[in-house]
Amino acid sequence: MLEKALDGGRGYWAWVCTLLALIGLGFVAYLHQFNNGLTVTGLSRDVPWGFYIAQFTFLVGVAASAVVLVLPYYLHDFKAFGKLVVLGEFLAISAVIMCMLFIFVDMGQPMRVVNVILFPTPHSLMFWDMTVLCGYLVLNVLISRVTFRAEIQELPPRPWIRPIIILSVPWAVSIHTVTAFLYSGLAARPFWESAVLAPRFLASAFSAGPAILIMLALLLARITAFDVGDKALHRLSTIMLYAMLANLFFVAMEFFTVFYSSIPEHTHHFRYLFSGLEGAHRLVPWMWFSLILGTGCAIGLLVPRLRHQRSSLAFLSAGIVLAIWIDKGLGMVVGGFVPSPLGAVTEYWPTLPEVGISTGIYAIGALILTGLYKIALSERAVI
Amino acid sequence: MNKSRRDFLKKAGMTLLGASGARFVILGIADAEHLPDSGGSGVRRRWAIAIDTEKCASQGDCTACIDACNAEHNIPRIDNPEEEIKWIWKERAKAVFPHQLGNDSPRTLRDREIPVLCNHCENPPCVRVCPTQATWKRDDGIVMMDQHRCIGCRYCIVGCPYGARSFNFRDPRRAIDKLRSDYPTRTRGVVEKCTLCAERLAIGAQPACVEACEATCGAMVFGDLANPDSAIGRLVRTTLTMRRKPELGTEPKVHYKL
Repeated sequence: MLEKALDGGRGYWAWVCTLLALIGLGFVAYLHQFNNGLTVTGLSRDVPWGFYIAQFTFLVGVAASAVVLVLPYYLHDFKAFGKLVVLGEFLAISAVIMCMLFIFVDMGQPMRVVNVILFPTPHSLMFWDMTVLCGYLVLNVLISRVTFRAEIQELPPRPWIRPIIILSVPWAVSIHTVTAFLYSGLAARPFWESAVLAPRFLASAFSAGPAILIMLALLLARITAFDVGDKALHRLSTIMLYAMLANLFFVAMEFFTVFYSSIPEHTHHFRYLFSGLEGAHRLVPWMWFSLILGTGCAIGLLVPRLRHQRSSLAFLSAGIVLAIWIDKGLGMVVGGFVPSPLGAVTEYWPTLPEVGISTGIYAIGALILTGLYKIALSERAVI
Repeated sequence: MNKSRRDFLKKAGMTLLGASGARFVILGIADAEHLPDSGGSGVRRRWAIAIDTEKCASQGDCTACIDACNAEHNIPRIDNPEEEIKWIWKERAKAVFPHQLGNDSPRTLRDREIPVLCNHCENPPCVRVCPTQATWKRDDGIVMMDQHRCIGCRYCIVGCPYGARSFNFRDPRRAIDKLRSDYPTRTRGVVEKCTLCAERLAIGAQPACVEACEATCGAMVFGDLANPDSAIGRLVRTTLTMRRKPELGTEPKVHYKL
């Protein structure tokens, strides 16, 4: 089955080679960081987490979003997702692996990574995050393998896999909940200390995840003979829309609570992100762009014609992904650190090595996804 | 650190100490039996520091405590403030006590530069979040760091409400002014912070900052808060002192008299 990933046309290999080149560049950038320490990043005393951890957070959401296919298909027998479910699980596998890589490159002492396993620490949320992410990876590898093999052999999947599939539903919710707990349980950082953070993470994930799946499905329909069908696309776009509306609602809740109560520790972070603080306003245009884009796309998706037409759907999905990526991948983490506990305003921006390493990791994810999708579509004989 | 390892180190440490009486440099194993303050009645010690900021400010730009700490612990001198390593340093009182000092508070008070360091919280958030127990609280309340176990995830820095922790963004050994051979240096990629001079307590000495301060104005008092007859016990019980962000429930053990 795996050999199918090694058999493709010119376009396929050109794409694979491009990814390999990006991975190579990322690796060189990582060697630079490995040899010189995290001083090569834009991180500082006041902003100890940045781009890497933010990408990790965004991608945990992408991984969790496979559940929006698994749940309707397996629990509600929504047949239209039949051809798509395994693609969602493959996306989850690729996203979880990227998450782990982003954590790894963020570590000051990467050679000691096994210490997390050697000294398991249940009172640390990071221990739980590692546990649920590893478990989620195993679940998705197992489920996609068993169900896809059964599909190719035109047999019903083995019955023992069903409880495991059902387990993967709450497990998907858990990975993003625990990731939110990494942040929301910290008295030191009022910006994240909000009970709505986990629900907001899940809502934005269940919007961005389907948006990525829609774009992938539309891309596959264009470059291969595989078409998920309009019914699946319509359902996915509806899920994306309502999850985005829930996300925007949660954002509005944050704004109300923070600004009406007017507790300085809480307002400072929002002011830094949306209007600037003490002359520091690097993220302000990004945050407004994200908010306006996200709201605009949600309004666009409310129009049935725009939601159903493939070209407009592709644009709106891309807008949703970009809006949520800026919110989670730029603003969410850094916003919690400005100002610092001592009131210092230190801005952060990723450096070239950071962007290079991150690009390399995204390329690894894309390569894994490409290989897995290639296998899936070849076995189904649609390319 | 698990119990058996800690016990082993403790015994090994005591043997070492008894055998040589040498300066004791293995961190995290001190019991400090013979400090003048200790209650000795089996009550759990709570080491604490009280700082009289008025006395401190009367010395102007005095940095005796900071210099002593830097020299004692091989702290690198890094000019980039974004990557600085600092265990004790001075901050403006307004930033240290943002709730207590407003715009109408006396200017001399607001702008006073006061020493800040790890608070050795009774309920330390850094210990709670550390995924490898590389930072832990000893029985006597000192929050310790094991730089050999730290993976450099910086979650403790994120969790600390006082900004008391530093990360070695680069190799610190190249930036040490005068290397001290009886104290360990650190490596790149690990977190460090004040250990309340656990290695000095083990031989009955006071923390380096307190000792240096005593030689100038004596604004710092160190001792066992669990012992009501100790100097710090009397001071905290008879004078109004403040702690940083008490509302977070971390129970800091550095007290300030403003």
